[in-house]
Amino acid sequence: MSGIDGTALAVLVVLFLLVTVMGFMATRWRRPTSMESLDEWGLGGRSFGTWITWFLLGGDLYTAYTFVAVPAAMFGAGAVSGFFAVPYTIVLYPIIFVFMARLWSVSHRHGYVTTADFVRGRFGSRGLSLAVAVTGFLATMPYIALQLVGIQAVLEVIGLGGGSNIIAKDLPLFIAFALLAAYTYSSGLRAPAVIAFVKDTLIYLVIIVAIVYLPSKVGGWDAVFSAAEQKMAKPNPVDGKPTGAFIPGAQAQWAYATLGLGSALALFMYPHSITASLSASSRNTIRRNASILPAYSFVLGLLALLGWVAIAAGTKPIGLDGKPNAQLVIPQLFEDSFPSWFAGVAFAAIAIGALVPAAIMSIAAANTFTRNIYKEWLKPDATPQQEAKVSKLVSLVVKAFALVFVLALDKQNAINFQLLGGIWILQTFPAVVLGLYTRWLHRWALTAGWAVGMVYGTWQAWSVANPRAGINHFGGSLDTIPVIGQMGYIAMTAFVINLLVAVVGTVVLRVAKAPDGDDETIRGDYFADAGDPRVEKVLQPLHQEAPNP
Amino acid sequence: MTTTDQPDAGGPRRDEVDHDTVPPARTGLLVVAGVLLAIPVVALLWVSSYSRVEPKLWGFPFFIWYQFLWVFLCSAFTYTAYRIVLLARPHRPMTDAGADRAGERA
Repeated sequence: MSGIDGTALAVLVVLFLLVTVMGFMATRWRRPTSMESLDEWGLGGRSFGTWITWFLLGGDLYTAYTFVAVPAAMFGAGAVSGFFAVPYTIVLYPIIFVFMARLWSVSHRHGYVTTADFVRGRFGSRGLSLAVAVTGFLATMPYIALQLVGIQAVLEVIGLGGGSNIIAKDLPLFIAFALLAAYTYSSGLRAPAVIAFVKDTLIYLVIIVAIVYLPSKVGGWDAVFSAAEQKMAKPNPVDGKPTGAFIPGAQAQWAYATLGLGSALALFMYPHSITASLSASSRNTIRRNASILPAYSFVLGLLALLGWVAIAAGTKPIGLDGKPNAQLVIPQLFEDSFPSWFAGVAFAAIAIGALVPAAIMSIAAANTFTRNIYKEWLKPDATPQQEAKVSKLVSLVVKAFALVFVLALDKQNAINFQLLGGIWILQTFPAVVLGLYTRWLHRWALTAGWAVGMVYGTWQAWSVANPRAGINHFGGSLDTIPVIGQMGYIAMTAFVINLLVAVVGTVVLRVAKAPDGDDETIRGDYFADAGDPRVEKVLQPLHQEAPNP
Repeated sequence: MTTTDQPDAGGPRRDEVDHDTVPPARTGLLVVAGVLLAIPVVALLWVSSYSRVEPKLWGFPFFIWYQFLWVFLCSAFTYTAYRIVLLARPHRPMTDAGADRAGERA
């Protein structure tokens, strides 16, 4: 671990500069007549076809943090906390297949950019819309910060960032994020869309090479699985229980299933997933994508297994501070097993992998702020130009905040908040997704359900202790499910309570004849497609050929 | 409820279709698509059906290769559901007041 791996660093820097240039050039790609609106800057003109959407969503959902954290969980705790990512990213697609086309249609008919926009239009409730917007914003912030943790892991293994001088230590990260902020500011969603091509290609390349080459180096898959089984069965010195699960036992099956389902229901409630979905050019783009996006889930599964390959290879993830840090396991495995230049390619894949989601997340958080807080509450008469301007500025602020968050605070804070973010964002599901189908649920009952779910989830997550890590709070995402008595994902329990409150509250409010808000949508809106009135209007600027600059 | 959410601005053509309705669909086909989409979800959430080591395949425990297999099955089921949904509910073009005005402009 001593010294800097110069070759790997050089490869990383070259690839990083390449995508930086691409990010700035992206503003010319499919050039719109004007970038000065949220439709152009924030949704790429809503013009992306099946394949661009595939790269964009793949680059967006499968983040650098996922690439670092999933194998780290496999390495440290086994299949329940690691491999659940596979069923999670499989059941995800039938679920979004069902509702995303409706959300696309109604959003294009009414110019919605965020889920809070939709909730506002559907339920006529500014309060519920604000709740959805604030939840989305809060849940996204730590997620952006975690992308930095992904880049940090790579830099640490290369040997950068160990100095005692605070400025020199974090300078590389600072430069990387400043460049990202600059081209996101100028190119908007087009920048991550272009960079996603590079990111996804590198990820596929690195993981396929790793999965073909590495197991043979450690004695084949049999050796990998028996090493993992042995490690997971070994009692932990703190509590004497097995280290982890090689395969979920009878006690862990609810945990495995609820982690998978809860994460799948939550993922497309995040603003960055919605932004990438709404930038598609037609209603069916997202449905076609539901059948080709699982390609990434396959790769994620292979990557998870690399966590177990690292067990067989005897990888020792030790940070520059001399303490073990499971998050370094994948970069360290690459550094130990590959020639320097290819390790550099692998590091670039992870680092660039952080840029795409960080860009989309900051755009999505900025859109949410602009539409649902700035325009709704502060400046209702804002013009599209002003909206785009505010959004661009907020995207900078959000990234600066993420940087401070990671550099100034312990990064465990970012991980805790991201855990909370997953619990929080799922609480917007009833208003958004059930709202796509029915207005039976009353706006006040939905708001109450959201509030109860948020409070319950936060409190439960806070009270989880993890004696092995020596922490008393935010020790994990699992807790005993009331009534069932098994361990389960806290977000799912909070979600069920949220739904119960919403249903009971609705019955009470209907009996009390509480007034409904206005619904600005009609049934046909949920089936509209490109070419229909008002849907086409949004797309029009792209049909007019821009004169060459 | 009225036909559209915007008042008809005196356009020469009136809507032939009430757009505040769900476009017609063949329910049977929609049910088939729904079942196809539900199968992968049920299969993967039913953890006890696959949380075991045997039978192994090329050294991979059943638990691992079975879930990898579902990546492909789910993809195939979702694509089939997509084709079926297209058949089940053909797109009904919208023709509201906005469309009339856009048509006149063109």
